[in-house]
Amino acid sequence: MDYVIAFIVGGLICTIGQLLMDMTSMTPAHVMSTLVVSGVVLDSIGLYDPLIEFAGAGATVPITSFGHALYHGAISEVQQHGIIGVITGIFEVTSAGISAAIVFGFLAALFFKPKG
Amino acid sequence: MSQRKRLNRQTWQFTRDIRILSSAVAVGPREGKGPLAKDFDKIYPDLYCGQPTWEKAERQLLEDAVKQALKKGNRLADEVDVILAGDLLNQTITSNFAMGQLQIPFLGMFGACSTSMETLSVAAALVDSQYAHYTMAACSSHNATAERQFRYPTEYGAQKPDSAQWTVTGAGAALVGTGTGMKGPRITHATIGKVIDMGIKNPFELGPAMAPAAADTLSTHFLDTGRKPEDYDLIVTGDLAKVGYQILIDLMKDLDYDIAPVYNDCGIMIYGEDQNVFSGGSGCASSAVVTYSHIVKGILSGKWKRVLVCATGALFSPVSYQQGESIPCIAHAVALENAEGKERS
Repeated sequence: MDYVIAFIVGGLICTIGQLLMDMTSMTPAHVMSTLVVSGVVLDSIGLYDPLIEFAGAGATVPITSFGHALYHGAISEVQQHGIIGVITGIFEVTSAGISAAIVFGFLAALFFKPKG
Repeated sequence: MSQRKRLNRQTWQFTRDIRILSSAVAVGPREGKGPLAKDFDKIYPDLYCGQPTWEKAERQLLEDAVKQALKKGNRLADEVDVILAGDLLNQTITSNFAMGQLQIPFLGMFGACSTSMETLSVAAALVDSQYAHYTMAACSSHNATAERQFRYPTEYGAQKPDSAQWTVTGAGAALVGTGTGMKGPRITHATIGKVIDMGIKNPFELGPAMAPAAADTLSTHFLDTGRKPEDYDLIVTGDLAKVGYQILIDLMKDLDYDIAPVYNDCGIMIYGEDQNVFSGGSGCASSAVVTYSHIVKGILSGKWKRVLVCATGALFSPVSYQQGESIPCIAHAVALENAEGKERS
């Protein structure tokens, strides 16, 4: 049952992204940024954590969870260090993902022809 | 035929026996699997064409087309007084670099996808006015270099709507000279288009953006020459593809010209129904490859006596559309016909 819920919730988030691409003149980059910001907004009004509770990977795998992670990192640093935490904490939780993108991007560039 | 060269503000009449003496095309893999493959001179099995980068591959295609056209016309590069060439990349680097190799006096031109007929018109005018004995018109486009230039990096894998088009990988070249002893298609008229901007901003809707420019140039051509659509056995546009094709038929109907019976589009002709190219082909090479192979052969074989090629171009840059500006478009038309050559005296 967990799998089914994750599939449906994750699929719905992706459907929203697909509809934005098909029905508006937004570019793929616009759609991605919109979903990230939506994750931040949903988390700030306390809705994203319950969604993760309910759907698990269905809510953590789509790009909206990146917004959720940005928000969490910033808030926890703010609580410890004050307002400067917004700057220092924003990549606290997401640094693993960003670092992985850089490291694997670098490794791929060593072995393949990055000329596309 | 009257001896006037300027029929009207936009239409030139070539009064001497100006001909496409020879022409050649080189294409990439998808074009080589299309319905016109048998007419192409050279087909590469992959997008790299034996080169390390796609930009160099496009240059290779252009050089192949020019060299093959010279060979078929039995001329040396030294005998060509000027070559007019262009492509879609920034600063037309394909043409600039290829002409560095070929060492033919060179005028670079940019008319986006209308470059094929822009170069052919001027090439014919230079011979007609006797500034040159032999000229060449050439242009190229490459799917992957165009994706990088105008859209997204290819590995980004961005989705496209059905109205999008597939940039043709290929190059075409034509050797232009007077008809003494040669029997190539005769170039009789050229109609130079004006920039038409109907306010379309979506770069995935180039067919609808360019159709009004094609309608303007075609109707001007008919007015200036006194001809009608039925005076042609074939009228082609360069790359309106399926969406723009229908729009042009409707626009011309509004102007009281029924082009439907003789009309086709190079971007539709070059690919088969099953080739997954969205609305159809686009790029400088779309009209160049089809005209300089299939259409030239069709005229020589007598399949068509008189053909009007109207190459359409979208004159935008990535910067202009990202800043929200609409897409200015243009179309240039050249009339070709099967006429017996005068024998060499």
